[in-house]
Amino acid sequence: MKTKPNASTNGAVIQMNGIRKVYDTGKIQVEALRGVDLEVYDGELVAIVGPSGSGKSTLMNLIGCLDTPTDGTYRLSGEVVAGLRKEQLATIRNRRVGFVFQNFNLLPQITAYENVEMPLLFGGVSKRKRKQRVEELMARVGLGDRMHHKPTELSGGQMQRVAVARALAMDPDILLADEPTGNLDSTSGGDIMELFQDLWEQGRTMLVITHDAALARRAPRRVEIRDGVIVADQANGAAELLSESIEQARD
Amino acid sequence: MVVQLFLRASRVQKKRAILTIAAIAWGTLALLMLLSFGEGLGISLQDAWAGMGSDIAVIWPGETTKPWKGMPAGRPIRPRIDDIRLLRERVPGLLGVSGEITSWRTNFTYGDNSVNGPVKGVSTVWGRLRNQIPVAGGRFLNPLDDAQRRRVVFLGDGLAEDLFGSEDPVGKTILIDQVPYTVIGAMIDKMQFGAYSGMDKDHAVIPIRTFYAQYGRDRLSVIILKALDPAQMKATLAEVARVLGSKYAFDPEDERVLGTWDTVETGKIRNNILLGIKIFLSVIGVLTLTVGGIGVANIMYAVVKERTREIGVKMALGARNHWITGPIVLEGLTYTLLGGVAGLLMATVVILLLSLIPTGDSMALKALGKPTLSPVIAATAAGVLGIIGLLAGYFPARRAASVDPAETLRYE
Repeated sequence: MKTKPNASTNGAVIQMNGIRKVYDTGKIQVEALRGVDLEVYDGELVAIVGPSGSGKSTLMNLIGCLDTPTDGTYRLSGEVVAGLRKEQLATIRNRRVGFVFQNFNLLPQITAYENVEMPLLFGGVSKRKRKQRVEELMARVGLGDRMHHKPTELSGGQMQRVAVARALAMDPDILLADEPTGNLDSTSGGDIMELFQDLWEQGRTMLVITHDAALARRAPRRVEIRDGVIVADQANGAAELLSESIEQARD
Repeated sequence: MVVQLFLRASRVQKKRAILTIAAIAWGTLALLMLLSFGEGLGISLQDAWAGMGSDIAVIWPGETTKPWKGMPAGRPIRPRIDDIRLLRERVPGLLGVSGEITSWRTNFTYGDNSVNGPVKGVSTVWGRLRNQIPVAGGRFLNPLDDAQRRRVVFLGDGLAEDLFGSEDPVGKTILIDQVPYTVIGAMIDKMQFGAYSGMDKDHAVIPIRTFYAQYGRDRLSVIILKALDPAQMKATLAEVARVLGSKYAFDPEDERVLGTWDTVETGKIRNNILLGIKIFLSVIGVLTLTVGGIGVANIMYAVVKERTREIGVKMALGARNHWITGPIVLEGLTYTLLGGVAGLLMATVVILLLSLIPTGDSMALKALGKPTLSPVIAATAAGVLGIIGLLAGYFPARRAASVDPAETLRYE
């Protein structure tokens, strides 16, 4: 389903060099990212933290190929993303990236099953294989008995698990999660965090944007971003204190 | 695949969809009714003009306007009964040629009923050329009637009714200018627009030799002819002028000698006018339908707006353009075609009801004709609907494809 990163990338799923992103709003030019260098390797779990407006979401959009950088080079699994056409970007998003959003973004009028099936549909997977894969994923996130419920018939935590199943459908190179626990109560949030932990332990490469101190603490690597630049990138332990101080400062 | 997506998407907005479909149905009804009226009008005009006889030419003898072979201008040229045989023998490509001599203000008497009208002496082929169809039980003049100068008469249906009322005229004897004639047939009721000597329903027709015997006139009032191939009418008429010109010594190029009404030519003009009317009606119909199409486009724009987030999500999941645009185009097309089918059903019912209205004797109603749905009209409507449906989906779909997923998915 996916091509494994080739040897020249040294196992780097994400390679970003000098990434800049400028939003041109007509009169004012907003520089959301001001030269970001980031490498994420196969099997890593990276938490990206930072205050609102620091450029986290912009970074996530660029990594997820929803947007293209103004400047700098970006390789996803060794493939240069800059300069690709819309259709090619769509294919990359389909094959290589799985998104989990804060507000789930499930399509409301179709069932959980159909939601998870959607990326497979876009990826041109046969009906038989789609069924097999969706059932496998729904079981994996513990919703094997809720497949034919609509999102409105599910709890927040269940909806987010459906979203995770959907993100995993095409077995992407990287799972991108933007505040995955932001709209959940602490119990559901904890469930999702456990699910992420499991996925990571099974070798999944993951990048999580979060305000959640607990989640940030669990991540073996933390990248902190402020005003469009990375101010800290360190293995956990040392960063923990800093993170807590940020949390406290905000609370 | 696209169908599957469409089915998922269109579970919402039922009410809105129904309103749009109604608008398209109304537009389709308008288009179909206008086209059907055009078609019905065309058919009835065709019938009415064929009433006088189709693809014939009428020739009025006149006088010369050019000196010719030592003769001065201004000589009247009057072909006679025998010239019909001459034309039949000399002019190639003729389906038929007939003389016609008219006596106006002729008295017809049957019992106590007395009516004045024209009587025409004609060759027997005249009946075919001039579309004189007898009512069952009667017949038109035949060659024997002419050869033996029989006193037999064929009546127009109006004249027959004036003389006989509801009585069957065939076999009865009437007096024409006090001379007894046997009625051998009466004409069926027909629509007739073209006329050069009164309407056929009011006349009586007798063999041309009988006419000569009674009235002593053998100069033709008009000559009627029809070519085997209507396209050759002009050549045939030129040949007639040449043959008569050599006999009566006039310049065949002298147009005033033989005044001619070529109905093949006027028919072409008439058909062009009719085509113009049909195009005009179609344009109005298409515009009406376009209003419906704009309604569909509006709804699809609203749908796109409403589903912007959904579209953004699909894009994030890797939907290529056609996955986004396909369902929208299909949905627009579906609304349009559903409306089209509804409009077609309504039009069929309306046309059926209209056909039940009796036209009676009203010439205007008859001439307007019955709206008629033809396969061509149905195909035209289907084509127009298809194009409008595609356009109504295409533009909103293009907007959908231009949705920026990064913008849409930003959490607020």
